[in-house]
Amino acid sequence: MKVVNNKVKSIDGLGVMKGRKAFTDDFAEKDTLIVKVLRSPHPYARIVAVDDKLAVELEGIEMVLTHKDFKRIPFTRAGQGYPEPSPHDKFVLDEYVRYIGDEVLAVVGVNDSVVEKALSLIKVEYEVLEPVLDFENAKDNKVIVHPEEEIHEMFDIGFKPKRNIAASYGMEIGNVKKTLETCDYVVKETFYTQAQAHVMLEPHTVNARMDYQNRLIIYSATQTPFHVRRIISQGLEIPLSKIRVIKPRVGGGFGGKQAIHGEMLVAYVTYKTGKPAKMVYTRKEVFESSYSRHPMRIEMTLGADKFGYLKAIDCEALSDTGAYGEHALTVFMVTGSKVLPLYNKVDAVRFVGDIVYTNHTPAGAYRGYGAIQGNFALESAVDALCKKMEMDPIEFRKLNMMKEKETSPIFEIMGEGTAGTAMIMETCKLDECVDKGMELIGWKDKYPRKESENKIRSVGMAIAMQGSGIPYIDMGSATIKLNDDGFYNLMVGATEIGQGSDTVLTQIAAEELMCEVDKVVVYSSDTDLTPFDVGAYASSTTYVSGNAVLKAAKDLKERMITEAARILGIEVEKVGFDGKEFWDEESDKSISLIDLSNQITYSHEQKQLQVTSSYVGHKSPPPFMAGFIEIEIDKETFEIDILHYVSVVDCGTTINPMLAKGQVDGAIVQGLGMAHFEDVKYAKNGRMISNDLLNYKIPTRLDVKKLTTVFVDSYEESGPFGAKSVGEIGIDTPPAALANAVYNALGVRITSLPITSEKIFKEIRRN
Amino acid sequence: MKIDLIVNKQKKTFLIEPNEYLLDVLRRYDYQSVRRGCDNTSCGVCTVLLDSKPVPSCSVLAIRCEGKEITTVEGIAEEAEKLVHYFGELGADQCGYCNPSMALTVYSLKQENRNASVEEIKNYLVGNLCRCTGYVAQHEAIKRYLGDE
Amino acid sequence: MEIKEFLKPKSLDEAFEVLSASSNNRIIGGGAWIKISLKKVDTLISLEELDLNYIKEENDFYEIGSMTSLRDLEVHDGIKSLASGILSQAISNIMGVTVRNIATIGGSVMGKFAFSDLLGVLQVLDAELVFYQMGIVSVEDFVNMTKIPKDILLAIKIKKQTGKAYFKKIAITHLDFSILNMAITNSKGLKIAVGSRPNIAIRARRTEVFLNGKKAITDDLINEAIDLAMDEIKLGDNSRGSKDYRELLMKTYLKRAIREVI
Repeated sequence: MKVVNNKVKSIDGLGVMKGRKAFTDDFAEKDTLIVKVLRSPHPYARIVAVDDKLAVELEGIEMVLTHKDFKRIPFTRAGQGYPEPSPHDKFVLDEYVRYIGDEVLAVVGVNDSVVEKALSLIKVEYEVLEPVLDFENAKDNKVIVHPEEEIHEMFDIGFKPKRNIAASYGMEIGNVKKTLETCDYVVKETFYTQAQAHVMLEPHTVNARMDYQNRLIIYSATQTPFHVRRIISQGLEIPLSKIRVIKPRVGGGFGGKQAIHGEMLVAYVTYKTGKPAKMVYTRKEVFESSYSRHPMRIEMTLGADKFGYLKAIDCEALSDTGAYGEHALTVFMVTGSKVLPLYNKVDAVRFVGDIVYTNHTPAGAYRGYGAIQGNFALESAVDALCKKMEMDPIEFRKLNMMKEKETSPIFEIMGEGTAGTAMIMETCKLDECVDKGMELIGWKDKYPRKESENKIRSVGMAIAMQGSGIPYIDMGSATIKLNDDGFYNLMVGATEIGQGSDTVLTQIAAEELMCEVDKVVVYSSDTDLTPFDVGAYASSTTYVSGNAVLKAAKDLKERMITEAARILGIEVEKVGFDGKEFWDEESDKSISLIDLSNQITYSHEQKQLQVTSSYVGHKSPPPFMAGFIEIEIDKETFEIDILHYVSVVDCGTTINPMLAKGQVDGAIVQGLGMAHFEDVKYAKNGRMISNDLLNYKIPTRLDVKKLTTVFVDSYEESGPFGAKSVGEIGIDTPPAALANAVYNALGVRITSLPITSEKIFKEIRRN
Repeated sequence: MKIDLIVNKQKKTFLIEPNEYLLDVLRRYDYQSVRRGCDNTSCGVCTVLLDSKPVPSCSVLAIRCEGKEITTVEGIAEEAEKLVHYFGELGADQCGYCNPSMALTVYSLKQENRNASVEEIKNYLVGNLCRCTGYVAQHEAIKRYLGDE
Repeated sequence: MEIKEFLKPKSLDEAFEVLSASSNNRIIGGGAWIKISLKKVDTLISLEELDLNYIKEENDFYEIGSMTSLRDLEVHDGIKSLASGILSQAISNIMGVTVRNIATIGGSVMGKFAFSDLLGVLQVLDAELVFYQMGIVSVEDFVNMTKIPKDILLAIKIKKQTGKAYFKKIAITHLDFSILNMAITNSKGLKIAVGSRPNIAIRARRTEVFLNGKKAITDDLINEAIDLAMDEIKLGDNSRGSKDYRELLMKTYLKRAIREVI
């Protein structure tokens, strides 16, 4: 391959580095109205009265919006396929506020300072209600977070708001109870995972204006422009055809921008006043008022026989979706569907649980999307089981883990919100990943530990899988057009959020069209000008959108060859093409691509050659990886130094090996953040205390010493040029790998995240 | 009130309030490469050079910059292009939001310590966060950039 | 932050007059902390015209103007060799280079931050503060003052000293506030300070007296010293760490630190 699987620089790096207008706020109109939200100081309250007299009278204030200004249409803010597997439990503004940071009202004015002043002059009277702050006591609590009558599910997701249940799920294959009874070794552990913040560097931002066709044009830093368009249309009852959503460069998303944030209010203001409006979240709002990762409690029971075979997995989970249920069911299902199949040869497996409402900042999509929580529980429990069985954890995994050409009955049963799709693992190089990883970390020398005077060095590992889009649901499309001068425009709905999708999709087109990357000009994520794509989530871009691009390129190539055949006066089968030139295989007649393109644009039999193709996956071939960590623990203080993290990944062909490595590296550090450094903390009264970057700390350059990331040879037939996706897989292994390394060092198993020195100290003291 | 600021070697008059920070003033005057990330000096994306020293523009009052030289990434265009060439080589640029601020800080490092080791690079840049890349490729790219004659 | 007026006084007299005129008139150092901690100021006073940005080396001490940036202090050759570089080392752990380019030593001291890594170091260096009104006040006395009258910090004086030194900051990430910090110098006797306890750094005077009175410091004596320190240095809980864990940290690092500097 000439372009794919070659080192190709990102196509947008230079422009962005030079400081050109690129991100959403860079495109705000000069005289835009500023929209700011007054946010609830209470975790649960009813708005009794709003006195905005002084605010409204201020010069420069355009309006104050309360829940009385909006028709009561429940919707979901989640950027998911329609109809969404999410409860429609949100109103633009509501009489109830359900977490500290929830929207009470909005103030619109001509500049920041007058709007801030107006906010300070508004008096709100609340009826303060008792909140539900403990997710383990939320179900059937006498306090109901969502008592409204109008809210509903779109189809059965187990939505029981009167019991504070946003969704439920359960499935069993075989009989877990019976199988466990026959097992020689059984291990049961309860794990807790914390809420984690995305900390994408660009805060959520949106701006809107009406154009000369009297249409609403929205620029939003979003991962899902098409879903944003639809939700605004439904929520504000504006015809879909009157809305255009454009996504400029996005400064990081990681799932945190896979939903509606300020778009609804800004759209309303612009549509109503005809004036441009904008909203930029402060970092505090990003923490308190966007999303965090779903915190979970996972009870994992594993049973094995005396030959070392894993026979049963029983997984009961409870997830906290906070005040609104946007990604409640889907994240929960991934906790099972993208984790449990790792050990596919069990006789019985059960996955069941609820997702409950509480009066916390809502939980939402976040890279890994449930798989990181489930992986922590499963891969920690596996090591615990190995200890009980006195079996080597690598040997155990090699004996029981998924292998190429195998399958798991879970695939057919569990999708993401709905039933799943059966699939054989056409590519699964887990065994190679494990072997290579062992070699790169020096496992044989270092397992389990090495002691020195003050420190212990140890290693730990975990395996993981993810997915490549959601089969039968995620659709991506691509349009390619041939211009005069023989270059192409590639229009894709797919959403570049920094992961390199623009570059990768360009490479796929260029490879198929046999041209250089700079002959393909890509434009993405504009609901008017680019064809549909669900957006950047579920690791769908390379696999789903990439397949659409490949199809479009193939189709366009055929059309060009047809033209060439006509021009050369030969049959289509006799046309040779190398990306630059068309020739007659049986004579010396030829025409260059440039000449052909100019001819059909200007001179003769003129036509615009343009093809749009779509792709919906019929399976979701998982990328796999093995993660290995080496740490050094202080024997007295239990401070942890992360010395080395080795990632060996099977993601099929790496369309762009460097960008793929960047995805894994970035995800590993984010996963290590969840494993050890990061913690969304609440005070007892429900207030988020880790609500700025002075108090919520992500891993810094000095906190992770060495990363080694390699890819094994793998070719997934169903993927474009053999590719599977790679955006999420990197985040899953660090929590379990760290927990296992700590166990190997000290004989202590920490079952809640983050794994901190203080927790180790307390656990050792307990024993 | 009016003050004169020298931005990228050009003296210009700016209309400001006494409580406005340099970040807000610069963005208001279309220097969009200077970005907002956290408002409390924790992230580094608002970095500009003030009399050649990298500072967090979100927390520097514009009024205190009168008569001082401010450099944004446009003012070190050639160096930024060199750096992004190496970023591109190593896949070290992802969303790019932190890139202009990194270029300025790295440029400042280059003036101070051309032969910085990877450890010294990490220390110098520790206040410039990046959530996308996991840092590793950036450090390698910066090493190459520093070594580029 | 709302500011009614911004002033760059031309003389210390003028600065002090304006400062005293209202309780809501404040002096700004680097400005990073003031931005997040103050909502409204009447007159914000900036001392940049008063030549307080300097590092002077005298025969047996350094004098550092209060408007000197932390970064300038950190990289100064003389400061780097002072007491095995303990001050430079402590400064280098504060936030990033960009913040240290605007944060001033004066602002860092006057803020009396409980989480400060510098106040402990300055105390074990027996640093002295030079105030416009109060004259010379040791950093230790300043830290322990309950009421501080309106004044302008002009400079900090640190005696030249050699000898071993030890600084430790324990934090979850490299940019985080400390769970605990510790500074020890061994120059004409041991001086020990523990900070971010979570309370502000203080000297462990009784522990110092105990150790400095001994001819040889054995392991047994170190253990006794630690018991004394545990008694005189009060530790507590906050979101970054519990009292119990801080106790473990203090015991462990005090032992290692003393062993290293004797």
